[in-house]
Amino acid sequence: MALAGILLALAGVVLWDLNRLELTSVYGLGPKAMPLVTGGALALLAIANGVNAWRGITPVREPVDTPALLWILGGLAALIVLVASGAGFIPATAVLFAATAAGFGRRALATDLAIGAVLGIVTYLVFAKLLALTLPVGPIERLF
Amino acid sequence: MDTLPALAHGLAVATQPMNLLFAFIGVLLGTAVGVLPGIGPALTVALLLPVTFKLDPAGSLIMFAGIYYGGMYGGSTTAILINTPGESASLVTALEGNKMAKAGRGGPALATAAIGSFVAGSIATLGIAFLAPWLVELAIQFGPEDYFALMCLAFVTVAATFGDSPVRGLTSLFLGLVLGLVGIDRLTGQARLTFGVPELLDGIEVTTLAVGLFAIGEALYVAGRRKHHREELVPVRGSLWMTKADWARSWKAWLRGTAFGFPIGALPAGGAEVPTFLSYATERRLSRHPEEFGHGAIEGVAGPEAANNASAAGTMVPLLTLGLPTSATAAMMLAGFQQYGLNPGPLLFAERPDLVWGLIASLFIANAMLVVLNLPLVGLWVRLLRIPQPWLYAGIVVFATMGTIAARPSLVEIVVLSVFGVAGFLMRQFDYPIAPVVIGLILGPVAESQLRRALSISLGDPLVLVQSPIAATLLGLTALALIAPFVLRGLQRFRMQED
Repeated sequence: MALAGILLALAGVVLWDLNRLELTSVYGLGPKAMPLVTGGALALLAIANGVNAWRGITPVREPVDTPALLWILGGLAALIVLVASGAGFIPATAVLFAATAAGFGRRALATDLAIGAVLGIVTYLVFAKLLALTLPVGPIERLF
Repeated sequence: MDTLPALAHGLAVATQPMNLLFAFIGVLLGTAVGVLPGIGPALTVALLLPVTFKLDPAGSLIMFAGIYYGGMYGGSTTAILINTPGESASLVTALEGNKMAKAGRGGPALATAAIGSFVAGSIATLGIAFLAPWLVELAIQFGPEDYFALMCLAFVTVAATFGDSPVRGLTSLFLGLVLGLVGIDRLTGQARLTFGVPELLDGIEVTTLAVGLFAIGEALYVAGRRKHHREELVPVRGSLWMTKADWARSWKAWLRGTAFGFPIGALPAGGAEVPTFLSYATERRLSRHPEEFGHGAIEGVAGPEAANNASAAGTMVPLLTLGLPTSATAAMMLAGFQQYGLNPGPLLFAERPDLVWGLIASLFIANAMLVVLNLPLVGLWVRLLRIPQPWLYAGIVVFATMGTIAARPSLVEIVVLSVFGVAGFLMRQFDYPIAPVVIGLILGPVAESQLRRALSISLGDPLVLVQSPIAATLLGLTALALIAPFVLRGLQRFRMQED
């Protein structure tokens, strides 16, 4: 039911965004046609999903281990904060690694932080030096 | 174009040392991810896309194909030994294969799977080599309206074959289509659905979507239900080799499996699951030992394993000749082509024959490597399963974010990735198929521009869409595929009421 609501909201956003587009006269279809079709279809499907949910055809859900999810999402949030604050890529990786491992039931944060840091250093070197890709840089990365 | 000289030229390309190395890395990685439950070939290619961004296109694509094939081999190993198919195409293998392993016949089960995959893969690759040039001839005559119709058909069949409810499949597809709208409109230059965020002007990166849905979504899903599931590894006992009787019972099943897998894989309906089910049912009916089915019949491993490899090869046909992906992995490979500015289709055969034929020839090489890697070294692969799950998934999540941020150094990308991760988790939780989203995102913009091109050429006359016989037939099939599941369900309900 909630999902149907999300879908309906999404369809609404798509259709609302249509208003911002100016109509340019070209032969055939303008940029509005596809959003109109997909937005409309999404709205229809949202209703169909809602009806299915209401009739109880949705599959049985298994209980979810919420703390595990929060660990991983927290790790991602920490990564964003760390990179945004300029702490660099390697510490951010270490934190994300440890947080995800914790989400999977590990309770050895210090060890996992160390493993994550090693993993971060190795991949940083491979990515930045071998493959010439850019990764966010902080104080630690500048040492290399 | 003559197939044999082209293929010979392709072999020359594929046997260059660098390309051999890429093929080897590909099959190695592919087998590894096939063995590990939860990581499939599609996710692996998605993770590698940003990493291979600056490498040679031919080499990377050869590696991706190796991953695809390797995933099919590796998936059977887990299916047989722990009854957990590494990927969905090995679902059926687990039925008989795990029973064989428990009865101490794990060795022959693995052998028939590997050799059957080799036989099927080789025959099917020959099939690609001979079918592709012919389809290319046909595809040259396609106008924009025909391409649009073909994509409509692919959309509907993909949405209907992945997952068991057409409503859910279509919902996933349209989510993908909406995501495909984000960014600057290719024809008029207007920004759609960007909400003033400049990073969104270039559209949603396919890699970010795929990595978010597959990697982060899968990690969240597995973490969320970890406490309710445990797996048990059956050690391989007895001889690895097949007896004479095993060979006699296997070879026909291999050939029949190939006959199911290749054509179905090559159709825009795609999917490797359908042919494996068909093959299993057929072997069961034709077997001289029907009583063994359900207790470890070797035909029940040989047939489906051949079928899933043949269908993996089959999906390469529409991918290379029409640019039409029919499975999640094929979709990621298409994204791989696109990141190098290459568009699979008739033009690619004319402009880059070295790349196309090198890729096809490398499939033979990958197959041969896989048989060698899988049979004697099976014990080594099984050890992979001992990697502690927390580290495995932590590594996946870390690598996923790294790859994304390396592809586009921006925090917006990580936020988008996290949002898709949560979306992927919710979709898994509520049983929505993931592949249609990715295919919708990749093909949606292409379908839109083909449609608008067709209508501009006809000066806005919508009849152009049905005037070409090809387009009319394809659109007819689309309508049929769209309505059929609902009608069939209605009929079923009708019959149930009668009873």
